[in-house]
Amino acid sequence: MTKLEKRITAVTAVLALAFGVTQNVGAMHIAEGFLTPGWCIGWGAICIPFLVVGVMQMKRTVSKHRKTLILLAMCGAYAFVLSALKIPSINGSSSHPTGTGLAAILFGPFLTSVLGIIVLLFQATLLAHGGLTTLGANTFSMAVAGPLVSWGIFALCKKCRLNRLVSVFLAASLGDLFTYCVTSIQLGLDHPSEVGGIMASIVRFMGVFAVTQIPLAIVEGLLTVVVVMGLEAYAKPELTEIGYLKEATA
Amino acid sequence: MSKRVILGIVLLAICALIAIFPLMTIKDSEFGGADGAAEEVVAEIAPDYEPWAESPIAPPGGETESLLFCLQAGLGAAVIGYCFGYLRARKKYGEPKKKD
Repeated sequence: MTKLEKRITAVTAVLALAFGVTQNVGAMHIAEGFLTPGWCIGWGAICIPFLVVGVMQMKRTVSKHRKTLILLAMCGAYAFVLSALKIPSINGSSSHPTGTGLAAILFGPFLTSVLGIIVLLFQATLLAHGGLTTLGANTFSMAVAGPLVSWGIFALCKKCRLNRLVSVFLAASLGDLFTYCVTSIQLGLDHPSEVGGIMASIVRFMGVFAVTQIPLAIVEGLLTVVVVMGLEAYAKPELTEIGYLKEATA
Repeated sequence: MSKRVILGIVLLAICALIAIFPLMTIKDSEFGGADGAAEEVVAEIAPDYEPWAESPIAPPGGETESLLFCLQAGLGAAVIGYCFGYLRARKKYGEPKKKD
């Protein structure tokens, strides 16, 4: 990072801490108006450093690794497709996968947060799905927390020398599931139950979101594996350039 | 067919089965969105909570909404298909002449 970039990152991180943490405990996507304003601002603030670093990384990718743009476009498109598919689930309701796992595995969590917020903005403004006031909270769950988990799991699996496709499956599906756990926690924190308080409330929301999401997370994991197999077959030079494949295998 | 192609097809088939299974086994459900279900839970836990904002532009009905969702999926699928086509042709017919 250049000096300027470092400074911007630091400033936003401080802002995030100031707004996000002092709020201190107090949906697919969470629908418009369903979080109180304080929480909306808090979650939004936490996302900002991720987005800022993401935009800087994206700029660098565009200028230095032009070749990999095709992968970036595909990752964004993949998130677009998957988050439009509302799939029926075992408990009689529907939800959609996030599609951010692929980007997180290939490009890391920061770039993914930028792709994720684009999808969320599209859905919030045009489809009345999610919301502009809850954009921060939804961005945190789908474009920051989920991808962080995906990225972390993939890195961990790589260290353990697990089969690469199995790692992709685990990373994508657990990241997807985690997104909705975070959503439940966000709703639970804001709407504590009268009996049992925050925890009871989180469990209720988990019952709605996480249970619905389990089969969908598996679907997302499998689909991501299929896409990655396709990429491994046809996009070796690009995958090598972003460091997904080692030089030797290219 | 190569092993990879078969694996890909099997994985896609499993995805389809996972999506179809609830439709076959649960008969008395409309499969509404989980976000709607969460709104109901909010109403139950905090009955006096009023959503304080509404979507500025909402599709007038289910048909328009499904149009927009299709558009979203279609645009994404088009990009993915185009890129895979490009990559595959490149592999098949060789790297295009280097420009940069």
